[in-house]
Amino acid sequence: MNLKLHVWRQAAGSSEGRFVEYAANDISPDASFLEMLDIVNEQLIEKGEEPIHFEHDCREGICGSCGMMINGIAHGPLGGTATCQLHMRHFSDGDEIRVEPWRARAFPVIKDLIVDRSPLDKIIQAGGFISVNTGNAPEANDTPISKAIQEHAMDAAECIECGACVAQCPNGAAQLFTAAKVSHLGLLPQGQPERYTRVLRMVEVMEQYFGSCTMFRECEAVCPKEISIDFIARMDRDYIVARFKAR
Amino acid sequence: MTELDARIPPGPIADKWSYAKSHYKLVNPTNKRKFDIIVVGAGLAGASAAASFGELGYNVKCFVFHDSPRRAHSIAAQGGINAAKNYQNDGDSIYRLFYDTVKGGDYRSREGNVYRLAELSVDIIDQAVAQGVPFAREYGGLLENRSFGGVQVSRTFYARGQTGQQLLLGAFQALERQIALGRVQMFPRYEMLELVVADGQAKGIITRNLVTGAIEAHSGDTVVLATGGYSNVFYLSTNAKASNCTAIWRAYRRGAYFANPCFTQIHPTCIPQTGEYQSKLTLMSESLRNDGRIWVPKQKGDKRPPLEIPESERDYYLERKYPSFGNLAPRDIASRAAKEVCDDGRGIGPGGRGVYLDFADAIKRLGRSTIEERYGNLFEMYHDITAEDPYKVPMRIYPAPHYTMGGLWVDYELMSTIPGLFVLGEANYSDHGANRLGASALMQGLADGYFVITATIANYLADKMGKRVAADRQEFKQAKADVDDRLKRLLAAKGTRSVDSFHRELGHIMWENCGMARSAESLKKARVEVRALRDRYWREVRVLGNGEEPNQSLEKAGRVADFFELAELMCIDALQREESCGSHFRVEYQTPDGEALRNDDKFLYVSAWEFTGDGSEPRLHKEPLHYEEVKLATRSYK
Repeated sequence: MNLKLHVWRQAAGSSEGRFVEYAANDISPDASFLEMLDIVNEQLIEKGEEPIHFEHDCREGICGSCGMMINGIAHGPLGGTATCQLHMRHFSDGDEIRVEPWRARAFPVIKDLIVDRSPLDKIIQAGGFISVNTGNAPEANDTPISKAIQEHAMDAAECIECGACVAQCPNGAAQLFTAAKVSHLGLLPQGQPERYTRVLRMVEVMEQYFGSCTMFRECEAVCPKEISIDFIARMDRDYIVARFKAR
Repeated sequence: MTELDARIPPGPIADKWSYAKSHYKLVNPTNKRKFDIIVVGAGLAGASAAASFGELGYNVKCFVFHDSPRRAHSIAAQGGINAAKNYQNDGDSIYRLFYDTVKGGDYRSREGNVYRLAELSVDIIDQAVAQGVPFAREYGGLLENRSFGGVQVSRTFYARGQTGQQLLLGAFQALERQIALGRVQMFPRYEMLELVVADGQAKGIITRNLVTGAIEAHSGDTVVLATGGYSNVFYLSTNAKASNCTAIWRAYRRGAYFANPCFTQIHPTCIPQTGEYQSKLTLMSESLRNDGRIWVPKQKGDKRPPLEIPESERDYYLERKYPSFGNLAPRDIASRAAKEVCDDGRGIGPGGRGVYLDFADAIKRLGRSTIEERYGNLFEMYHDITAEDPYKVPMRIYPAPHYTMGGLWVDYELMSTIPGLFVLGEANYSDHGANRLGASALMQGLADGYFVITATIANYLADKMGKRVAADRQEFKQAKADVDDRLKRLLAAKGTRSVDSFHRELGHIMWENCGMARSAESLKKARVEVRALRDRYWREVRVLGNGEEPNQSLEKAGRVADFFELAELMCIDALQREESCGSHFRVEYQTPDGEALRNDDKFLYVSAWEFTGDGSEPRLHKEPLHYEEVKLATRSYK
């Protein structure tokens, strides 16, 4: 298939960016979106033009490195998938595709489609862990966990920290990301001792970098792991309880 | 040639580790903060080590080329992690896990290390659960297990098909906690490009800042490499695109011996290649072989769709050849068997390079919902990639490079032949012999990082207080100049071909000649071809842009340059090892029914290669292997 791309090119965070048009010709429908960009890049190198920079690594949808706005939708039109697992069979011959970096104030552009997502790690540093030093752990089967709770915690724990939720949100909010970690740890018995201090600290740091949640639900719609916004409600409940406990 | 001493502690095998821990020197708690430890890589081994060092009170500097330490390729491990908990009451024990691993590795691993690994496996599960890793559970709330290849017990713990992700997030969260506490300083988007050796000891690294391009020197009291494996030498592999050998290869060039480079694992169940544009191969977890049955048509060139081939005309070749292990034969054996049926003209799919992995019987027996619960995300991934529904038609799979048992030589304390340089996880060679069993990589990475290195590093550091060297010393300046010079040469080649086009060609040479089957002839040919291509690479590669900005072509160019050198060493090692064992299959050495034919009289050793300069032959050293617990035997899974 033949496609026309409009790709955001920006040499550095400090420089002006613009859309540049490229033709992507003879693309196999079985190629992934990133492989389509690989092909375009090979042609650019041949022509002596610098290749389009984009972040990627595992190409199995799990490392969370890749991500771009594809026709205005984070990770593209398929839903429930990261960009690397989006295949060209979901496009049609002759399509025009607009490719942009994540759009969020908290994620400044580094080059082309690469952005700086480090504020997400800052939220984890604020409390996204269970404080247990190596070697301190009790026997694993001493604490039974119901299958339902474990499955529910796993639904949240699947987050890959790609940042699509933030990029798609009109407010640039990181509620879904934060709520996923708060819920993963807060649901499990091991996470109870720090449950309320955790949510207070993580939300505080989240609010330093990101916008507010006004329940647009766009985050849920683009999440490659289909993490439910029910976790946001859960985080809000924990947060309110924590505020009362802290008084 | 010298004989290498692995410094295995004395005493019976079950007591060696506790003896060692009781006798290693210690660093007192108030002195720990006076030591700087450099950790390169933050996968399972690196993150768990860096976090644990921080908890102990050391100063840690951790370097990753990703934007966050959570992106390392450990995250993509699907199936599970082994541990000798014997929760299933099916006869498992530490000894049995040890025995299975030694046998699975085709008797080319070190007994002392493997026993320690089996011992520590149980502590890893405890640690992970305490961190909040949501392993699968039974309805009663206790931990669930499944089976993996090469064993007859169920000892594999898992979190859906994302066990690596959940274990890495456990280590990552512990690491982030230490970052917040100021014990670990994190350097994301930094790539290590050189090791610095001063006074005969590893004292620092040279890095490139991948955003600004700045080349910087970092000094420390010791350097820990946890930088993963080198399967990407084959270009197409299941590894992440950026996985590379540069850190360990630079260390090799500075004096660390490289052990068993030819032991590379080809995983039997990956999605077959569909076209030349393909950038990587995707693994389908070994756990699928618990319920999936592997087959090809009995008839050569049978082009009928799988559902039209009646039961009587299918060859379930693993069940036929290895009745006691069936579809759960170890990886090397399952891969070779797949190659054999395809070579015989009975392969399926494009180019006849594929076999079926069929779930129809399991769905009939257990129902679709059970299969969905066990493998849902894998089936979805398969569907995304191939547009075929594995609930309805069998998966098509083919072997692909996946893991490298070879790596830098380390002793029992995980120290390389350069004092003060420690190597963890897949980057070292230590525990898996000539073939790794499924669900053992996560176990080794975490055992090394959480438990082994934390004990052994103190033994090294105890008498090194105040012996750090400043980062402006001559050795650092020289290493920095070397890095600068190399990057300039790559940028200055101004040739006509992209880095990827060379990498793809290198991968093709290695896959055809040093892949699943090797011969003296193919290895000699590969060596000549690799050299010729490498020469062309330095003349004809085209790296656009400059070194003072983010430049992904330049990053790749350096990594591929090192793959060229490693590829040659792999051929040399494979040629030297005139036997077949585990993953290393030399066609000249096989039994009448096509199984690997070991030669314990001549090759019961670890080959460890010393760099002797560009253009000069590497020197072979040997670590003889002593089997005191396990009797050497021909591996049989029949």
